[in-house]
Amino acid sequence: MKAACGIGVTETTVTAQGPILLARDVRKRFGANEVLKGVTLDVRRGEVVCVIGPSGSGKTTFLRCLNHLERIDGGRIEVDGALVGYRERPDGTLVEDTAREVARKRAEIGFVFQRFNLWPHLTAVENIIEAPIYVRGERRDAAIASAERLLARVGLADKRDAYPSKLSGGQQQRVAIARALAMRPKLMLFDEATSALDPETVGEVLAVMAELAAEGMTMICVTHEMGFAREAADRVVMMDDGLVIEEGPPEHFFTRPSNERTRQFLSKIL
Amino acid sequence: MVPAVNVEWPIIAERIFSPGQEFWRALVTTVTIAIIAQLLGIVLGLVSALAGLSRLLPVRLLSGAYVLIVRGTPLIVQIFFIFFGANLFFGFSLFPREVAIAGLTVSGAILAGIVALAFNEGAYMSEIIRAGIQAVDPGQMEAALSVGMTRPLAMRRIVLPQAARVIVPPLGNEFNGMIKNTSLLAFIGVYEMFFDAEVHYSTTFQPVEYFLAVAFWYLVLTTIWSVVQVQIERRLNPAEQMEETGVMGRVRRLQWGRAH
Repeated sequence: MKAACGIGVTETTVTAQGPILLARDVRKRFGANEVLKGVTLDVRRGEVVCVIGPSGSGKTTFLRCLNHLERIDGGRIEVDGALVGYRERPDGTLVEDTAREVARKRAEIGFVFQRFNLWPHLTAVENIIEAPIYVRGERRDAAIASAERLLARVGLADKRDAYPSKLSGGQQQRVAIARALAMRPKLMLFDEATSALDPETVGEVLAVMAELAAEGMTMICVTHEMGFAREAADRVVMMDDGLVIEEGPPEHFFTRPSNERTRQFLSKIL
Repeated sequence: MVPAVNVEWPIIAERIFSPGQEFWRALVTTVTIAIIAQLLGIVLGLVSALAGLSRLLPVRLLSGAYVLIVRGTPLIVQIFFIFFGANLFFGFSLFPREVAIAGLTVSGAILAGIVALAFNEGAYMSEIIRAGIQAVDPGQMEAALSVGMTRPLAMRRIVLPQAARVIVPPLGNEFNGMIKNTSLLAFIGVYEMFFDAEVHYSTTFQPVEYFLAVAFWYLVLTTIWSVVQVQIERRLNPAEQMEETGVMGRVRRLQWGRAH
């Protein structure tokens, strides 16, 4: 998990106290199916949290709720002290925020998708400068300069003008990470970022993520990569059936998990 | 066998090889109306498609009703009510004999014809554009939202440029239909190609010759268009669709050109 150069996204400093993310009793249902049954999670600045658990346990849904790609049915989510997706009425009830406010909040939260979701009609560099220019109103030349730095840092400087269809899965995912970093997020969310990759390209993406972690980026990673969780995570969170059933430092998790379901799950995948 | 109709071929030859000034003006009218109505139809279709995908139920219903009614009734009836409707029901003429627009004098019938054809075309384009938008992977919109774009911005910058690839082939077929549909405007007195044929037929009572000749001219226009259409679709070929040489590349260059 070593890399030649740093990612260099140091805007998010580790100095400030208090959780950068605060999720309280988050509930979400799809029709009759209650996917999240009250998930609570606090994440400190600079902390790297890996969320593991069997498929269908609600990990991905929880992550999608954190940047309001899914509405929540109960609970509250705050990033850097401000509600995400909702605003609070004087009587304490939450109502969905305006589209503009939701978008402004999302811009502070990087999201990396399992299927990359790069924009196929734009080149690598254009994928990265799109939001800085059209969301943050950056000048085009300034946006290109920082996009080129980001591309170099994920090891893809030579792919600047390549369209996504010409890139391998691992390369596409690294561009997608650069695209998220270009908005200088306070928090990065990774939704099974390596699950759709060929085995030989998994390593290059994990290396970029590990480097980002080492530089102090706050990260929440839904992952099946136990090696990554063991190496890079400050804390591992186990979800099952819409609830957090166990959490702790990786040493605790991978040596003597206390929960029976955690033990079963780990014995199956390790 | 004795043919029931004695076709006078010289008349057809004359209508094809030297149809005269009036005819050329009628042809220009046909093409102009078709292009303007198609462009307006695309705009109307885009508005209706976006309305159809709205989160607000009344907006969706409005779009649905528009598409249902327009696609479910004859175009000629729509033309009739758009041209004569205001006068019949409210006693004033929405389209007077002549209308001055930007220094040009246009006949009210032509204006009504363009409005009617665009109104009709909008419903068909609405379905085509909606299908094109829905053909784009929802992950594309989500990625755009995740970096802080609002839905309208994401639609314009990310989804519609990709939907365009799906929209263009059926759009070509729509314009082919549009060229022929302009002939219905003869019904409200627009002097386009079919009206020109009718004028001659009504003075000579030789419909076969004039209708065959005018059909030939429609065939010429639609054939020219299908050559253009093949060229456009070749540029949208999946193998090169994302390259700088493709239409997308040119669309993007235009956009960047504006951004500078």
